[in-house]
Amino acid sequence: MTKIIEPSKQSSIFRRPSSETGIWSWITTVDHKRIGIMYGYAAFFFLLIGGLEALILRIQLSQPDNNFLTAAEYNAMFTMHGTTMIFLAIMPISAAFFNYLLPLQIGARDVAFPRLNALSFWIFIFGGAFLYSTFIFGTAGAPEGGYLAEEVGWLGSAPNGGWFGYQPNAGMKYSPGTAMDYWAIGLQILGIASLISAFNFITTIINMRTEGMRFMRMPVFTWMTFAVSFLLAFSLPIIAIALFYVTFDRKFGTTFFLTEGGGDPILWQHLFWLFGHPEVYILILPAFGIVSEVLPTFSRKPLFGYAAIVFAGFGIAFIGFGVWAHHMFASAISPVAQAGFGLSTMVIAVPTGVKIFNWLGTIWGGKLKLNTPMLFSLGFIGMFVIGGLSGVTHSIVPADTQQTDTYYVVAHFHYVLFGGALFGIFSGLYYWFPKVWGKMYNESLGKIHFWLMMIGFNLTFGPMHWLGLQGQVRRTWVYAEETNLQFWNIVVTVGAFIIALSIIVFMINWIFSKRNGEKAPFDPWDARTLEWAIPSPTPVWNFSTAPIVKSLDDFWHTKYSEDEEGRAVRREEADQILLELEEDGLNPSEHIALPNPSYFPIVLASGLPFLGYAVIYKSIPLALIGTVLLLIGGFGWGTEPLEEEIHIDSDE
Amino acid sequence: MSSSHSYPHEPTGVETRKLGMWVFLSTEILFFGTLITTFMIFKGSDFPGMKLTDVYDIPFTSISSFILLMSSLTMVLAHNALEANDQEKTRVWLLATAMLGAVFLAGQIYEFTEFYHKGFELTTNIFSSSFYVLTGFHGLHVFIGVVLLLALWGIGQRQKGLTLEGGMNLEFVALYWHFVDIVWIVLFTVVYLI
Repeated sequence: MTKIIEPSKQSSIFRRPSSETGIWSWITTVDHKRIGIMYGYAAFFFLLIGGLEALILRIQLSQPDNNFLTAAEYNAMFTMHGTTMIFLAIMPISAAFFNYLLPLQIGARDVAFPRLNALSFWIFIFGGAFLYSTFIFGTAGAPEGGYLAEEVGWLGSAPNGGWFGYQPNAGMKYSPGTAMDYWAIGLQILGIASLISAFNFITTIINMRTEGMRFMRMPVFTWMTFAVSFLLAFSLPIIAIALFYVTFDRKFGTTFFLTEGGGDPILWQHLFWLFGHPEVYILILPAFGIVSEVLPTFSRKPLFGYAAIVFAGFGIAFIGFGVWAHHMFASAISPVAQAGFGLSTMVIAVPTGVKIFNWLGTIWGGKLKLNTPMLFSLGFIGMFVIGGLSGVTHSIVPADTQQTDTYYVVAHFHYVLFGGALFGIFSGLYYWFPKVWGKMYNESLGKIHFWLMMIGFNLTFGPMHWLGLQGQVRRTWVYAEETNLQFWNIVVTVGAFIIALSIIVFMINWIFSKRNGEKAPFDPWDARTLEWAIPSPTPVWNFSTAPIVKSLDDFWHTKYSEDEEGRAVRREEADQILLELEEDGLNPSEHIALPNPSYFPIVLASGLPFLGYAVIYKSIPLALIGTVLLLIGGFGWGTEPLEEEIHIDSDE
Repeated sequence: MSSSHSYPHEPTGVETRKLGMWVFLSTEILFFGTLITTFMIFKGSDFPGMKLTDVYDIPFTSISSFILLMSSLTMVLAHNALEANDQEKTRVWLLATAMLGAVFLAGQIYEFTEFYHKGFELTTNIFSSSFYVLTGFHGLHVFIGVVLLLALWGIGQRQKGLTLEGGMNLEFVALYWHFVDIVWIVLFTVVYLI
């Protein structure tokens, strides 16, 4: 098989990028698989940084009245830990899954807008770099006379107003310097990236499904991608505007959130949590999708209550817009609002419960295969139930006012976002490892990773429940020795380091298996969804011919029929079918048109940080550089036709 | 599982780019929704200094609003001309739309300058801040629209002319332009008339 790349005939300002390997091929790629892989690695890099910040926090808290960190440094670390984990680790790692899997699961050749896809990736990279450049360029201070006005070290030159940026604390008066500007504008840039990918995925799911892939035949992971994209599309604009206001307040002297000028700090909380609570579901729903793929595969049963799971997902997404004020029970909101939001918080537990029972129904009576992805999925269910239940306790307003700003809350959301989202993500990383690399991971290292993480996780976040109930306050850099909180704090710190150890095991497994792992067989898990009906690693063209889908779990039904009692029986010709699929998948019989690589996404994206710096330093030259880059990118983009094709010929 | 040979497949029958634009516009509603909500919240409160009613000039803004609305008409005419495959007329109407948009923008800049001279500045009070951020955000949209229209006009100058398919097509820009106009109708009512 040879590849013939036809040279560019159309006029464009630059020659088209043409390399197929090497760094330029990655920089200019518009292939959803490569973008997915890059998202994955970048997000994992930020996950490591966020984890490092968490370890620094835990070292500080391992002793009462510790002085490992100053108060200012501690503030910067917990702010950056939260911001990094949410916006730079979990969200993009979900985007990695969306990018890689979504087109494969619906039988498409790529996403609807491949170049926009590359654009959102590069905006994410530049946004992350911009946010982290605060450590080099940013300055953070403290209000004069405040006890925080001690020396602010290198670590302290980062945003320090919390990932929630409560006003007026995050305003210029109480957070002087530029660090919080980096935070506000950095999130703005990252928000653009997520918005663009949301449009892209919604359009892809609506319009790129292959023949016969009706909505109610889509895999649950695709459904959850759909729900998450809607959540992103409708919640990010709210925070974008709120961050605009913050930037105006900080840089141009307006008073949107400052009471002294007639503004309203509570408005910030409303706008923030109106985004922030859907954001919670943006983080968790991808994991729901992953688990809904892994459990039926390794239980060797169809997903129990497919429709219920799908509608519950959308129910969660919808109600998710109506519960935001439960983050604000301790703020000045009226008792009626408190009661209302308490009720809606209880109500949202119902669709979540539906999902849990569906997963249990899927496992029930199945022939379970307890390998690493399955273990992580089972761990996910357990941990998420704990986090979900402690979440429901917050709907009781009087109890919540007691728990507000204590470690009980920290324990709760780590059980949901770590025990939930991250366990689901690891499950997915192992499950699709053979798909992406064509190699098998090491099962025993995988299991060691799981058990270490499970133990470390529970040691870290379990004791936080009682630390919180005993009154340890979150976001505070010291606790007094007389409080007797030290024992469990040491346990928590030890747990955090066990988690770090488990991550090292994971990385070793990943690196070695990717290089030396056994070659993955075609369809290694005897799976159900379309992405396993093509060779691994996925060929550039995904499907050599567009598949036609006839039912839910179509690939499974190609391999299995039912006997009289409804049990699955493997068809005699199944192995033959798989051989043919592999053969066909590797040798397309026709010209395949793939979207061309392009320079312009990265050029366009590179303009945004300049505009960000321009606002922070009120610099016209920087603004001009940013605008010029945007214009070059936009103009080149507009005049470069996508339809010019690379032809991949197969000559027998 | 059998295979067909037809890629791409658009199960909804709506062109993919157009669909993407609709999704984009649905999020735009939330952008403007948040801005308008904030504006309404602050509108009722007491604030020191000047009010918008001290400075604004309803006849002037009405005329510039009318000009923006007319640009929607010329946009439709451009679309009709392209459907009749009349490249020349398409370009003329496109340019007319861009010009009307530019006149509206010029009007807004003039208006802002006037307000500033009269002492109604960005930081005068919370109300003026929300006014400038809201109408400025809309102005930015009009500006981007004008750039898109001019780009389309430029593409139309090339030999192949414009088509209704592919690339940055006219329908795509028209959707955006009409949306920006509709938003202005809401803004004009909310900000100036109520």
